Amino acid sequence: MYDFIFQFLGVSPQALFGQLLIGLINGAFYALLSLGLAVIFGMLNVINFTHGAQYMMGAFGAWMLLHYLGIPYWGALILVPVIIGAFGILLERLLLSRLYHLDHLYGLLLTFGLALILEGLFRKQYGSSGLPYNNPLPGGIHLGFMFLPWYRGWVVLISIVVCLATWFMIEKTKLGSYLRAATENPTLVRAFGINVPRMMTLTYGFGVGLAALAGVLAAPIYSVNPIMGSNLIIVVFAVVVIGGMGSIMGSIVTGFGLGVIEGLTKVFYPEASNTVIFIIMAIVLLIRPAGLFGTPR
Amino acid sequence: MAETAPLLDARDLNAWYGESHVLHGMTFSVRKGEVVTLLGRNGVGKTTTMRAVMGIVQKRTGSVRFGGTETIGLPSNLIARLGIGYCPEERGIFSSLNVTENLLLPPAVKAGGMSLDEVHKLFPQLKERARSQGTKLSGGEQQMLAIARILRTGAELLLLDEPTEGLAPVIVQQIGAVIRDLKKRGLTVLLVEQNLHFAATVADRHYVVEHGTVVDEFENKDLAANRERLEAHLGV
Ligand SMILES: Nc1ncnc2c1ncn2[C@@H]1O[C@H](COP(=O)(O)OP(=O)(O)OP(=O)(O)O)[C@@H](O)[C@H]1O
Ligand SMILES: [Mg+2]
Repeated sequence: MYDFIFQFLGVSPQALFGQLLIGLINGAFYALLSLGLAVIFGMLNVINFTHGAQYMMGAFGAWMLLHYLGIPYWGALILVPVIIGAFGILLERLLLSRLYHLDHLYGLLLTFGLALILEGLFRKQYGSSGLPYNNPLPGGIHLGFMFLPWYRGWVVLISIVVCLATWFMIEKTKLGSYLRAATENPTLVRAFGINVPRMMTLTYGFGVGLAALAGVLAAPIYSVNPIMGSNLIIVVFAVVVIGGMGSIMGSIVTGFGLGVIEGLTKVFYPEASNTVIFIIMAIVLLIRPAGLFGTPR
Repeated sequence: MAETAPLLDARDLNAWYGESHVLHGMTFSVRKGEVVTLLGRNGVGKTTTMRAVMGIVQKRTGSVRFGGTETIGLPSNLIARLGIGYCPEERGIFSSLNVTENLLLPPAVKAGGMSLDEVHKLFPQLKERARSQGTKLSGGEQQMLAIARILRTGAELLLLDEPTEGLAPVIVQQIGAVIRDLKKRGLTVLLVEQNLHFAATVADRHYVVEHGTVVDEFENKDLAANRERLEAHLGV
């Protein structure tokens, strides 16, 4: 029966599940990155164009901890998001926070410029050929229909866990209710005695930390490269547009969903695999400009 | 002398929205335990006065003392922490929060606030609708929620901006009963009202505002005697 279906589709199960897994992996990165963008945009109203560079810094952070300090992957997984998140906090305090009273466009321009500067600095220091980072979980398991490398399974698992934990924190906890309320009406939340500017700073740090975490996860899969972020972030922005700016569950579901769709396109119509997300973006923009999960505002 | 020092004392309060100068030297005060109203026609600056006291208006000058502390230079989160609870004219119920989350949102700023049970006793409707989305409530229920959530915080002074606006008479009566009950508990209220009849049933004193400044002041008991003057001010 299975054989018949695959024959009918004209693909081998290995190819199909292999691409599905790659799609899930890509989806994991889309989800983590678009989630961070969504959280930051919701709270700060800033489209964080530095997100890709911060993801890249996460990967470099893992590499640097290993090479300069001998700290292995598992240490980097915790330390790097904290360090890069702290860097984000500094950025917000010193630069971004000065632009809140201006049009969104200024925040976008600032973060875009910062991304170029950061990428340039890393390129100058480390070149653009890419640095290798060893797989901390070599090997894998034969599942019958496909081979699952341990590390790829780990990436999918940890990103699902982190995404769901973030969703739970925002939608179901007291702290999250402050965040949701301040996203809607920061002035009133502040007038209730809550230090909204500090919440904005911490939120930015958290979103940047998520990007750095994605960078650490990516280091053993993709080569650690100064432009790894700018390649990825274009697709992530398309994901965010499709899911709807500011929706938490929306960015998670859309991230994983589009990764899988992209993977399937590679199997059935490889010519379109690089453009399918942008085609979907165009269609969504025409039919639901606020995105699949977004509410117009 | 210390006993008669007002809890809230605003002097020569000026406020601007960008270039537009809206408050031109408001001077008024509220003593502890009093219910005081700001009366006045549409657009005279009553809401702006509340916002200026709360520290929400960006540009403001003059003096606003609360419990002796000068607040004119403080950000709104610190002003709230001194013990002021704000119920805005547009009610400000959060659509991404359910009723209970809305109710629990403002943090306690002083000891002695009501417990959730006490709040529910005062507003039984809010208990029944606990898990509904905040903005799915009726206008009256949203108004009660907006008042209820600042009762938990222990704030000594409540700023209520037109709590009866657009509500059915039964709801207006319930809100009136609540305000009298709050007064009995020793709370202090600064109330903006267009509904003179309602204001007279809850307040101790009234200020009349015109063009961003106080133009007249009455004790509630002298209201009847000054009816004509007041109606001239309000244009009713
Ligand atoms: N955000 C704003 N930007 C600019 N001008 C404003 C703003 N809000 C209010 N105003 C103006 O300030 C003046 C005072 O407004 P305010 O809302 O304080 O009046 P009000 O007495 O509360 O009126 P109402 O009885 O209609 O609520 C009005 O002329 C209004 O048009
Ligand atoms: Mg008003």
